[in-house]
Amino acid sequence: MSLDTLSAMRRALEAGETTAVALTEQALAAAEANGDLNAFLHLDPTQARAAAEAADARRQAGEGTALTGIPLAVKDIFCSEGDPTTAASKMLANWRAPYDATAVARLKDAGAVLLGKLNLDEFAMGASGENSAFGPTLNPWDRTRVPGGSSSGSAAAVAAGIVPTTLGTDTGGSIRQPAAFCGLTGLKPTYGRVSRWGMIAFASSLDQGGALAWSAEDVAEVFSVIGGHDPRDATSAPGTVAPASTLLRAPVAGLTLGVPEAFFEAVDSALQGPLAEARAQFEALGVRLKAIELPFAGDAVPAYYVLAPAEASTNLSRYDGVRFGHRCENPVDLDDLYRRSRGEGFGPEVKRRILTGTYALSVGYYDAYYRQAQRVRRRILESFTEAFESVDALFLPTTPTTAFKLGEKRNDPIALYEEDRFTIPANLAGLPALSLPVGFSNGLPVGGQLLAPHFEEGRILSLAHAFQQVTDHHRQRPTAGGVA
Amino acid sequence: MNWDVVIGLEVHAQLQTASKLFSSAPNAAGATPNETASAVELGLPGTLPVPNGEAIRLALRFGAAIDARLATETIFARKNYFYPDLPKGYQISQLDAPIVGRGQLSVVMPDGATKAIGITRAHLEEDAGKSVHDAYSDRTAIDLNRAGTPLLEIVSEPELHSAQEAVAYLRELHNLVRTLEICDGNMNEGSLRCDANVSLKPAGSATLGTRTEIKNLNSFRFLERAITYEIERQQLVLEGGGTVVQETRLYDPDRDETRPMRSKEEAEDYRYFPDPDLLPILLTAEDHAAARASLPELPAAKRARYEQDLGLTASEARFLASERSTAAYFEAALAAGAAPKGAANWLSGEIAAQLNRSGEALDAFPITPAQLAGLLARIDDGTLSSKLAKTVFERMLETREDADVIIEREGLKQVSDSGALEALVAEVIEANPGQVEQYRAGKGKVLGFFVGQLMKASGGKANPQQLNALLKAALGEPGEG
Repeated sequence: MSLDTLSAMRRALEAGETTAVALTEQALAAAEANGDLNAFLHLDPTQARAAAEAADARRQAGEGTALTGIPLAVKDIFCSEGDPTTAASKMLANWRAPYDATAVARLKDAGAVLLGKLNLDEFAMGASGENSAFGPTLNPWDRTRVPGGSSSGSAAAVAAGIVPTTLGTDTGGSIRQPAAFCGLTGLKPTYGRVSRWGMIAFASSLDQGGALAWSAEDVAEVFSVIGGHDPRDATSAPGTVAPASTLLRAPVAGLTLGVPEAFFEAVDSALQGPLAEARAQFEALGVRLKAIELPFAGDAVPAYYVLAPAEASTNLSRYDGVRFGHRCENPVDLDDLYRRSRGEGFGPEVKRRILTGTYALSVGYYDAYYRQAQRVRRRILESFTEAFESVDALFLPTTPTTAFKLGEKRNDPIALYEEDRFTIPANLAGLPALSLPVGFSNGLPVGGQLLAPHFEEGRILSLAHAFQQVTDHHRQRPTAGGVA
Repeated sequence: MNWDVVIGLEVHAQLQTASKLFSSAPNAAGATPNETASAVELGLPGTLPVPNGEAIRLALRFGAAIDARLATETIFARKNYFYPDLPKGYQISQLDAPIVGRGQLSVVMPDGATKAIGITRAHLEEDAGKSVHDAYSDRTAIDLNRAGTPLLEIVSEPELHSAQEAVAYLRELHNLVRTLEICDGNMNEGSLRCDANVSLKPAGSATLGTRTEIKNLNSFRFLERAITYEIERQQLVLEGGGTVVQETRLYDPDRDETRPMRSKEEAEDYRYFPDPDLLPILLTAEDHAAARASLPELPAAKRARYEQDLGLTASEARFLASERSTAAYFEAALAAGAAPKGAANWLSGEIAAQLNRSGEALDAFPITPAQLAGLLARIDDGTLSSKLAKTVFERMLETREDADVIIEREGLKQVSDSGALEALVAEVIEANPGQVEQYRAGKGKVLGFFVGQLMKASGGKANPQQLNALLKAALGEPGEG
């Protein structure tokens, strides 16, 4: 079996059993073989090979880090210098970023080999990957199903064994939901932990970058590299992130895990078995479970679908056809330039959110929508704060269902919005949250979610790591080409 | 019918920071278009604003100078609208929780009285770029060098009641921001610009009339003329039985009139909301104290000191303290030894006249304050008569040399040597026996003839006071006639 996890690759590199060049060739071949997944929007073999050679030289010089020589890829919403950076939008189809996002720069500095840019829902708006202007991404576990979204390519590329880890972004669940649909571990850090500099904005107060990988151990490794204060982001949290080994070392036995029963009752029956087993497994690890309530959690989706579109509606105003991005042919006047450039450049879901967001911020509606949603947001944060007075972390489902069929929810935006109902509360409260595989239902992965107080990523990484020491869900792989 | 005029001004002052409001790009004009626009000013995808601490300090300094309530928490908000020179499609500004709250400015009004004008608020915002319509024949060019320049928008209460009062307020504000060294005040380059809200109401009425806003007035003269025009226009509308339309107007200096800007189909909704890229900025008591400690002597305090401590008249004090460069020149001259009265007279007299002729700014005046002090010293010690002093002053303007150098080289010393003057007096008396006769016969005015003759004979260098004394000694008092 080929090496497909970050830690296995790292051990092999450190032992001299393989090289960054060999791992990169393996990744490029896998990307080629899985072209039908449409996981990559841009693959750069030349740049990757050069980076791999540099990484091998660096390791030989004894200057390697954990990530030196590890092939990986990033969601195409992270700017990377000189590369196409499209946010899966026709609007940016021909735009190349003139700079690296902070997260990308930190990966490059660590010696990681950047293979290319991954597909997503346009501007990270979606929960299925189907909103990409460049076509949907397929789920490696079942190619007739969606991999989840918006970090669709980030999940599919790892699940297909192309790269061992990827970067995604999570505004309302966009790392955790695809991680759950693809049998992966995905971490959305505390808001402000990973710099947003160079991460194309969807909803600034909610957006957070993070990593997807097979295991908590591998996710921790990437998080410790990309996290930490960045002066170029005014919302960046102060302080650095501990090394992965420290993050994974928090004691687990004796912790109290809050379980909001209402969430478990709301999932599809197919998921209830694996989730119940996971709860028992945590208890077996010495964790105490405590039933709790999260008032206002039911209001999270409507609040989110006011706030996120409100912020998006103005974040996306810069795409006006004047300086960069799509510009319509032969505009007759300024209004025509705006209308047609934006009308042609944005896809339907993006337009829907710009319209709702514009409405929510308008005079006469601001108080009823935007201000009210902010109030709900504060209540949700308060109910979490209250919950964390009696529990150390929370365990809940990541998604209401397993991966659904391509096209199944395409014409029902509200149904798709409901996909996010278990993940959105963590974004509204800015909490760190992690999804981990807890089992399978009809051959499809089931995800469970851990949430912790602000800046306690180590606690949920440690819980997930301990869980993964005694379970093997994260070691399951899709069979090549299709249904497991 | 009699009308009360109500005017409020919104003044935009570009802050003199090294870098832009939200990026480290230089806050400078830039030699070529878009040279000082960084990725942040271009609004490139993925870029983020980081507030400039210096801009925040300068805004607080202004707040301290107008004795305003300074914010403890200030919030940046997005003002959303599409315009080609507004790269992000929104301007980062402030709506709720501006950095500077209510304050006041003491203004010397046209009648000489001092009046406190309320300042509602002052807030920070980023400037937009410029649309350049004349660079290409068939298209508009965008220059984003100005984009991101920190602006302090200073909003007055509607407490001004004539075009002249509005100008007096703007002059006071102009002088203040220059004195505080937060803005260069260069109005024709747009460093300080002004919008005027003007309305009329029946005299004595408590209800405000409908106002119009005149945008982008960039000189004191235009402000005065635009408001004057607008008052007359509104008065004609109202007295003709019409109603004033609330709208934005532009002043056209060529035709000396205001005209409505292209009317919008619907009211502009800027959809203000707190900028999620920027956390609220917390300002501590130490920040406020530092702002107060950074204040230089303010114009109002200067006026009082010039009057009380230096013994100048109220109008002299007003003149000297009304303009930062005038006050700076005056005080530098005093530091170099000039007497306050003399320096004040020369600044408001010869120097002002010369600046008026040349159109130059006092900052670029060829005679330094120390050189002026040197010239005044020669008047005080009797070396120069006031007439000679003016001649020396003219020379100094040309050569930029010290007064002493010119006096020495050109022999422009006033003759005070009694011996030399006595000889001259004797000479002139001897040469004009007829006039001596008249004087002695009681025509005292003839003394003026002798003075004129003597000044001529001395080449203008004779000390007039001494001359008078010597003449009277030689001729005696005029006869009884």
